[in-house]
Amino acid sequence: MLRFIVRRLLQLIPTLGGLSILLFVWLQRLPGGPEYALLPDDATPEQREMLRRSLGLDEPLMVQYLAFLRRIAQGDLGTSLQTSRPVLDEFLLRFPATFELGLTAILIAVVIGLPLGYLAARRRGTILDFAAVGGSLLGICTPVFFLAFILKVVFAEGMGLFPSAFRLAPGITRTDITGFVVLDGVMTREWDVVWDALAHLALPGLALASIPLAVITRMTRASVLEVMQEDYVRTANAKGLNRTTVRTRHVLRNALLPVVTAVGLLTGSLFAGAVLTESVFAFPGIGSFVYIATQERDYPVLTGFILLIATMYVFINLLVDISYSLLDPRVRAQ
Amino acid sequence: MSSSTPLLAVDELSVVFHRRGSGETRAVDGVSFSLEEGRVTGLVGESGCGKSVTSLALMGLLPDRGVKVGGSAVMQLPGGEADLLRISQRRLRDLRGSQMAMIFQDPLSSLNPVVPIGLQVTEILKRHRGMRGAVARKEAADLLYRVGIPDPTRRLNEYPHQLSGGMRQRALIAMAVACKPRLMIADEPTTALDVTIQAQILELLKDLVTEEGTALLMITHDLGVVAGLCDDINVLYAGRAVETAPREPLFADPTHPYTVGLLGSIPRLDAPRGEPLTPVRGSVNDNIAWADGCAFAPRCDHYTMECLQGPPPLVTMENGGDGDGGGDGGGHVHRCVNPIDHAAVADRAVLDSPTVADEVEVEVEGEDEEERG
Repeated sequence: MLRFIVRRLLQLIPTLGGLSILLFVWLQRLPGGPEYALLPDDATPEQREMLRRSLGLDEPLMVQYLAFLRRIAQGDLGTSLQTSRPVLDEFLLRFPATFELGLTAILIAVVIGLPLGYLAARRRGTILDFAAVGGSLLGICTPVFFLAFILKVVFAEGMGLFPSAFRLAPGITRTDITGFVVLDGVMTREWDVVWDALAHLALPGLALASIPLAVITRMTRASVLEVMQEDYVRTANAKGLNRTTVRTRHVLRNALLPVVTAVGLLTGSLFAGAVLTESVFAFPGIGSFVYIATQERDYPVLTGFILLIATMYVFINLLVDISYSLLDPRVRAQ
Repeated sequence: MSSSTPLLAVDELSVVFHRRGSGETRAVDGVSFSLEEGRVTGLVGESGCGKSVTSLALMGLLPDRGVKVGGSAVMQLPGGEADLLRISQRRLRDLRGSQMAMIFQDPLSSLNPVVPIGLQVTEILKRHRGMRGAVARKEAADLLYRVGIPDPTRRLNEYPHQLSGGMRQRALIAMAVACKPRLMIADEPTTALDVTIQAQILELLKDLVTEEGTALLMITHDLGVVAGLCDDINVLYAGRAVETAPREPLFADPTHPYTVGLLGSIPRLDAPRGEPLTPVRGSVNDNIAWADGCAFAPRCDHYTMECLQGPPPLVTMENGGDGDGGGDGGGHVHRCVNPIDHAAVADRAVLDSPTVADEVEVEVEGEDEEERG
């Protein structure tokens, strides 16, 4: 098992290397570099050239790439052009909020999607099944920002059931330990903080969960339907095992294999989806920060964001591979 | 022996599938046979004749919806007799694995790929014999050893993909015999295995039947398996038994033209090189409904207008003449109005009956020429 993990970690090196090259080339090819963003519109070409030189943008590409790699390795993602503070610090400040939101979304998706998909498969052709399949189609088709707006207008501004913006209601005081509001609240037993934070997470979490929820429901349903037809399920029934044993050990364990992969990939894509959701709910996470950065051509922030998402993807994939090998002995053997 | 009540008496079993849009399909259309302890009964027929559906119906493993099962299957159980087709799902679950067990065709797909072999054996011991932990593992290892799996303790922790095809089928047999069932159904248990392993598995099944006095229902299309293993044979065609007999009379004096055709289609090692095979002409698609007459008539070389006047009745043969019938005597039944009369025609002549030979040769010659060219 340990060897498997180490091998997978080593395999990450070429992946991340390739990613850094892509990212670097992308940066080189972008129109309108920082010399346009930083300087006023009436700056002379000479002034722009001076700035390029001072930023090291006139060096050979190879030199620039190696410098780029060295900076990344040191955790230096550059300085934000908006705030003039290090990009890494800005991210670390906002990461807990985005992480909480992403976790909320994936939990909603898994906790509702798995049982729903399973029940839809077991009661195939019933109203429940049609509702699950139809609802998930709607979930996949609805753009996340549109759903976020609807949720905000109806449940927050219209009915007033949930707060419409931010992580916490103004005026609530809390003890900060880790930056994760819910976790801190639980640790310090400030239950009003926990409750308020959860209320703030509900709507953006639901909006962000819509696509993963739909995908997980459908995948679980299809997978369970397929596994129920398998010969080994017939064997399990022929052995006279209890329904519960047949359904858990023989149906669910096999049906969950493809769903685990899907959950992993969906988790990775959540952080990209958070950009729009966070900006709709003015949620102070990385997403809304990046949303502004795109408008301001804040390249260091954008580069850092892409790097962050890509790294998350790669590590989530690693987690998926590891959990897969725990679930499926056939993968372990290879 | 045959006068005592059989372990399982299947009477007029029928299975009809209803599919939305495509009407109904009669997969099994009134099959009757009985199984006795310590004997092997064969269900023989080509693909689609209803062999597997019959076995699944007896085990109660057909889907809940879209299937209508008729007839009766009365089994002698410790607490009195019960009709397997009428008892509750709950009761059936108690019987499956303990009183009756089944071995399937493809051992790899019949084993759960993500559960160790050991657990797949112990779960049945826990369910029906209340064994747990080390006791169950010990018994599981003993079972694996009994069916010829070497080093069984190590195998308990292995997964199906780590076993060879023959080992997998042995493991499935171990699960089937775990609770000493009185009825065992084997649905083409050797089809997915190579020939040497086939022989070993058949030998194992034979031993289990002799030692434990289990009644074995052997479902197969392989007449070699039938000849080597089965005591009584039911030849199925289009969902009905067309001929039933003990082994010796069936092979010596087949009376139904379909049985004759099946036996005649076996390739012979002593046949001259290049001699064409003699298949039963046509395919199951040519069948007519049993209600209109003999379903086999469109493919039969002996049919007359009489064959098309309603379903042919079951006829019991008077076992005289040849006299080499099975030890249990009698029980040779067929469903044909124009049975093949062995007294009148010599064996070889029947197999090479002129019409069959002509038709087949015309068909096959074309292929032959292509091959030569």
